[in-house]
Amino acid sequence: MTDTKKSAAASKLDSALAWVDDRFPLTSNVKAHLTEYYAPKNFNFWYFFGSLAMMVLVLQILTGIFLTMHYKPDADLAFGSVEYIMRDVPWGWLIRYMHSTGASMFFVVVYLHMFRGIIYGSYRTPRELLWLFGVGIFLCLMGEAFFGYLLPWGQMSYWGAQVIVNLFSAIPFIGPDVSEWLRGDYLVSDATLNRFFAFHVIALPFVLVGLVAAHLIALHEVGSNNPDGIEIKKLKDKKTGIPLDGIAFHPYYTVKDMVGVAVFLIVFSVVIFFAPEMGGYFLEANNFVPANPLVTPAHIAPVWYFTPYYSVLRAVPPILNSQFPGVAAMGLSVLVFALLPWLDKSPVKSIRYRGTLYKKWLAAFVVSFLVLGYLGTEPSNIWGQFGGWLGNAERATVVARIATTVYFAFFVLMPWYTKKDKTLPVPERVTG
Amino acid sequence: MSDKQSNQQVPSSATEQASQVDVEKRKFLIATSAVGALGCAAVAVPFIKSMTPSERAKAAGAPVEVDISKIAPGTMITAEWRGKPVWIINRTDEMTAELAHHNDQLSDPSCEVTSQQPSYCKNENRAIKPNLAVIVGICTHLGCSPTAKLQANGDMGANWTGGFFCPCHGSKFDLAGRVFKGSPAPINLVVPPYKYLTENTLLIGVDTEEKA
Amino acid sequence: MKKLLLLLAILPSLAFANAEVHLDKAPIDASNHESLQRGARTFVNYCLNCHSANYMRYNRLLDIGLTEKQIADNLLFADGKVGDQMKVSINKGDAKKWFGVAPPDLSVEVRARGADWVYSYMRGFYRDESSATGWGNCVFDPVSCKVSMPHVLYELQGVQAMNHETHELTLTKPGRLSVSEYDSFIGDLTNYMAYMAEPAKQQRNHLGWFVLLFLGVLLVLTYKLKKAYWKDIH
Repeated sequence: MTDTKKSAAASKLDSALAWVDDRFPLTSNVKAHLTEYYAPKNFNFWYFFGSLAMMVLVLQILTGIFLTMHYKPDADLAFGSVEYIMRDVPWGWLIRYMHSTGASMFFVVVYLHMFRGIIYGSYRTPRELLWLFGVGIFLCLMGEAFFGYLLPWGQMSYWGAQVIVNLFSAIPFIGPDVSEWLRGDYLVSDATLNRFFAFHVIALPFVLVGLVAAHLIALHEVGSNNPDGIEIKKLKDKKTGIPLDGIAFHPYYTVKDMVGVAVFLIVFSVVIFFAPEMGGYFLEANNFVPANPLVTPAHIAPVWYFTPYYSVLRAVPPILNSQFPGVAAMGLSVLVFALLPWLDKSPVKSIRYRGTLYKKWLAAFVVSFLVLGYLGTEPSNIWGQFGGWLGNAERATVVARIATTVYFAFFVLMPWYTKKDKTLPVPERVTG
Repeated sequence: MSDKQSNQQVPSSATEQASQVDVEKRKFLIATSAVGALGCAAVAVPFIKSMTPSERAKAAGAPVEVDISKIAPGTMITAEWRGKPVWIINRTDEMTAELAHHNDQLSDPSCEVTSQQPSYCKNENRAIKPNLAVIVGICTHLGCSPTAKLQANGDMGANWTGGFFCPCHGSKFDLAGRVFKGSPAPINLVVPPYKYLTENTLLIGVDTEEKA
Repeated sequence: MKKLLLLLAILPSLAFANAEVHLDKAPIDASNHESLQRGARTFVNYCLNCHSANYMRYNRLLDIGLTEKQIADNLLFADGKVGDQMKVSINKGDAKKWFGVAPPDLSVEVRARGADWVYSYMRGFYRDESSATGWGNCVFDPVSCKVSMPHVLYELQGVQAMNHETHELTLTKPGRLSVSEYDSFIGDLTNYMAYMAEPAKQQRNHLGWFVLLFLGVLLVLTYKLKKAYWKDIH
């Protein structure tokens, strides 16, 4: 190619770009969010999960659209239409498995993303709103998962929805009316399925995409946190005004995130192609039995990503013959994440400069979260009972109660132990 | 960690090194883009294919058997194949003979548009057996189903030799489904693939030469 | 709310009871087309009189090496089409009257219960004069050993008796097949039902290797690309 040809083509492209820029802020947006958005250069692997969550969201929306083309939100047809997708629709099985696996993987990456936020203090000033939008996304995601899980209309779908909707009837006074209103019937029925479908494919996706946009706008306003918990905007190059520890998001983090995407896709594909049921954790065996309002399956447990909160529900005993405290505790166990920015009183953000007191509390929290998660997948008599000296209490229930206490203590006592904690001095510049 | 202007773009020093870096970046940029594009294209295939007729649609669109023993000469029946009306017309000898006499009024009298009939029906009667016509009753203009006007003359005027009239935009076809000149419809009606299972049974949707 | 309490209280105990069944390992081999074909014939001849497989089409059996002609000649009723689903004409209401429950659709039975369960269940019938059908089956219900389905294949298997103390089954009257013949007969049937529960499985596993190979290449390339760009960052 000759130089003149090259420059002729380039100038044509330039003028086309100028034409667009006069009418739409394309170049300025690309600069603001990609080529001149400066992210700290010391991101580690924890920072992959934000972009991965974004990719899974796109995948879920895409596969969801194609599933909607074949799925029937009708109590008589829903189960059959899913099998229709699995057999009669060309490549339907792949699209369905992408969606069902994507649901679980969404929670995997979001949980890791949230954990990243916790260990590096990404919720601290000035990122409180960013964090709140994130909690909103998480709640929305839980809603999506809950509504979507009813759609295959299998036994687990049905009884899962039945139990969760019934939780609302534990609310004093208005509870029973609320759960009836949610179902639109006296039991989970066609009416329920139809409205859950509407929430799943229209309402919540809109909210979700909106919240993700707000999350990103807030992120790009305040800038990314980093493993050192330092504000890189404090130290800028005098001439260029670029943070000394910042690098352009594009190309540096776009190429880096692609590595993360490749690794993620490998894990994702292993599940889709070799273990789509994931041993009953991603697709439950009982959900291959059509919903039957007269027969409850022997063992019902929520899908794995809900089990920590479900364990909290089971752990809290009824008080004054009311299930409400358990339900309230479950709700709180999710919502309490929103309070983190105001509970944490530590002078440092990142776990790297925190003292052992905080680290012990965090470790206790992680362990109790995992224990609660595991126990939620099992019947409460899984570990048998204690002897008479403990009133024959179920071992698993006792453990779940201890774990629940630790879970909440992590949050409730946070103002105290973060203040008391002996922190290390934070460096001026990021440490790679 | 060094203090040099740590960030953005290629360091301007050492031009040799810079050009080398460029080459490597370019090499992997092209390779990754190519493989990534290939991957995206490969993923698109299942999604696009999922919109093609499913096994259910194929089963519903499977060939249909039609009993033709009860069609009196000069009358027709309508069968359904792939959700479309298929006319089976038992032409009288006179009707069949008439087909050869109005070629000058037709757009495509000798059926040159090959998509409109199987090769074994590209003959003067557009049929396997001369008197029995099998035609998909969907107008080639905009997809209405034309009305049968089998008898000559009648309400179609003195020159009408029998055929079909599309109520939507007035296209006219003869008893072999060939379109008359001046109709909005551009080409002849479709003759579906079919074969005789027995003397009195047609199988519509399967080619004569093909084995089921 | 009471419903919820009840549910939460009762479920775990039921689950515990269910956990006790011993299941034999089913000989599943999705690549063994002959076994799948024998199983398909058994399924059509014996099961498909009462149980449907509404989501399975006959012509899907092309997957396991049958031709359309073989399907039409050997498996279909006279007026059936190869594109039809495996439906049954049994009236659900009548069936419920006769058996107490309508025979469930078996399309995805193996995904719901597991292949080992089906394999053990079909070999687990024993003579129980006290039950309505004359048969018991502890695989179906480990607590009561009651089952609504009669032992359709007893002429082939013969009659077993259950020792309720040792929980062992013994053959009291031999059938047309020997024990090992009957086991492989049921093995073929289970193999077929496992295939039928997810016909795309073979294709899925096969394709998986190519996808992983491709992603492996992509991973190497993206990693090299990242290295090439990040050379400048210190």
